Amino acid sequence: MAARRGRRLAATLGHRVLILFFVVFAVFPFYWMVVTTFKQNADLYVGASNTAHNPFLFNRPPTLEHLATLFGQTLYPTWLFNTLFVGLIVVGITLVLAVPGGYSLARLTGAWGERLSIGIFLTYLVPSTLLFIPFSRLIAMLGLQNSTWSLVLIYPTFTVPFCTWLLMGFFKSLPKEVEESAMVDGCGRVGAIWRMVLPLSIPGLLTVVIFALTLVIQEFVYSLTFISSVEKMTVSVGVPVALIRGDVYYWGSLMAACLLTSLPIAVVYNFFLDRFISGLTVGAVK
Amino acid sequence: MAVPAARRRRGIRRAERLLGVVMLAPALLYIVLLVAVPFLLAVFLSLTNSSAGSLEFSFVGLQNFKNVMASPVFQRALRNTFTFTLISQVTVIFLGNVLARALLKRFRGKSLARFLILMPWAAPISLATLGWLWIFDSTFSVINWLLKVAGWLGPGQWYYWLGDPTLGMVAIITVHVWRMLPFSTVILLAGLTSIPNEVHEAADLDGAGPLGKTIWITIPMMLPILTVALLFGVVFTFTDMSVVYLLTRGGPYNSTHVLASLAFQDGVLGGDVGRGASVAIFLLPVLVILAVTMLRVSRRAEVA
Repeated sequence: MAARRGRRLAATLGHRVLILFFVVFAVFPFYWMVVTTFKQNADLYVGASNTAHNPFLFNRPPTLEHLATLFGQTLYPTWLFNTLFVGLIVVGITLVLAVPGGYSLARLTGAWGERLSIGIFLTYLVPSTLLFIPFSRLIAMLGLQNSTWSLVLIYPTFTVPFCTWLLMGFFKSLPKEVEESAMVDGCGRVGAIWRMVLPLSIPGLLTVVIFALTLVIQEFVYSLTFISSVEKMTVSVGVPVALIRGDVYYWGSLMAACLLTSLPIAVVYNFFLDRFISGLTVGAVK
Repeated sequence: MAVPAARRRRGIRRAERLLGVVMLAPALLYIVLLVAVPFLLAVFLSLTNSSAGSLEFSFVGLQNFKNVMASPVFQRALRNTFTFTLISQVTVIFLGNVLARALLKRFRGKSLARFLILMPWAAPISLATLGWLWIFDSTFSVINWLLKVAGWLGPGQWYYWLGDPTLGMVAIITVHVWRMLPFSTVILLAGLTSIPNEVHEAADLDGAGPLGKTIWITIPMMLPILTVALLFGVVFTFTDMSVVYLLTRGGPYNSTHVLASLAFQDGVLGGDVGRGASVAIFLLPVLVILAVTMLRVSRRAEVA
């Protein structure tokens, strides 16, 4: 009896240790961002060869100096604004293209729509690192070099296919009777979509808005390629490219920027994750 | 009465089909113009001597490919791309299975643990990589501090994580594993939870042990979802340039480049568009194989 309980306790303990190990591995860089953000420079730049100085702890009182620098003396607020500006327009474009497209694939196009939808999903696999070279030509031809509008033009290439796919799945999961009853009542198809389907699809639409927005905030390659002026950059490029300044000690505000940008996205992402995964795994899970 | 009703229904069906086309057209047009056409343009540019300074160019046939393939930097990048993808994905699938099984159990603080484990995947890749850049810093690396304290690094010994080809590759692979592990884990977890309990109960009745259940139930039933996790993992790792670009810039001496970061260096920073495009084209065969596999898996899953 005691032996069995001991064994069970050991198994539970092993399980917790395993979970703890993975949590530490996942979280450590973020913990490091927090520590760095609030440490005084004298505490930060001691050098790892000094074993007497424990870098994991605050050896001097924490400071808000780096946050003040980030918001007062860098273009971080501008980059945030640029990112949200691009993000909101891209979300708008994505909705305008993906909502009717997703509905059409779910309800109106039949067998060839099925095949087409897989084709659309596969374009999500075409990586930005293959397209950035032709895009840079295209953008030069359009005269959009170094303009945030180039991002507005290009970013829907990764939001539209994925969101169309997600919305198609969402519309398919609604019972067909929703539209049919409205159409019997004298609405046309378009009226039925507008009055019945869209109000029922608010969770799906919200998912799409969140995903399009996070994808825009996360995007790095296109922004790095097309934007060269510091004041036009998005957060994901401005922070690594413009905040790193030669040999000046900048890590405090740099890590503050990483932390402040990553944390809200991580929180929001967590809420919508399951929907995202079911979109990716399509038929592989029943 | 019957004939006009049938005709009207046919009329409605035709109108519906037309509406379907109209509603799909904008999205489709956008994808064709801004994904399919640029995709072909990438192939086209790789056959030209196009450069960033001007919009003029002429055909050079396969010359870019010949030049690129003869370059040792490219050969190294090609090898690195496969090494990074292979090692990180094998590690991710292995650890992902372990972690997904651990997360299958109920325990206190599970949702918090899930949230924390997920953070690396949700954070913007460039900013998360910066966190690692600071961890791998040449003077202030906390890893070196730990190794010093543990006695692994003796006096005068030091690891320059990003200044050494081998350590640089270790660092890049670590970041890829760190970033892709949450992604695979949640996909595998979705797969594990989708195995109905009755299947396990039936196996229990038949006297299957834990090992037997793994071999005869879990692995076969998980195979489609395992493939999906692997395919996406490979695509995201194989085509990524952010981690390499931010950690090492392909250095020291171009020893840690991957195809994507080399294409960026040649085609964008170096301005040799044709050459950059031809480097990027080498991503294509693997992507095609992955896409075909993905189609197979989804079709089989639909049939089953």
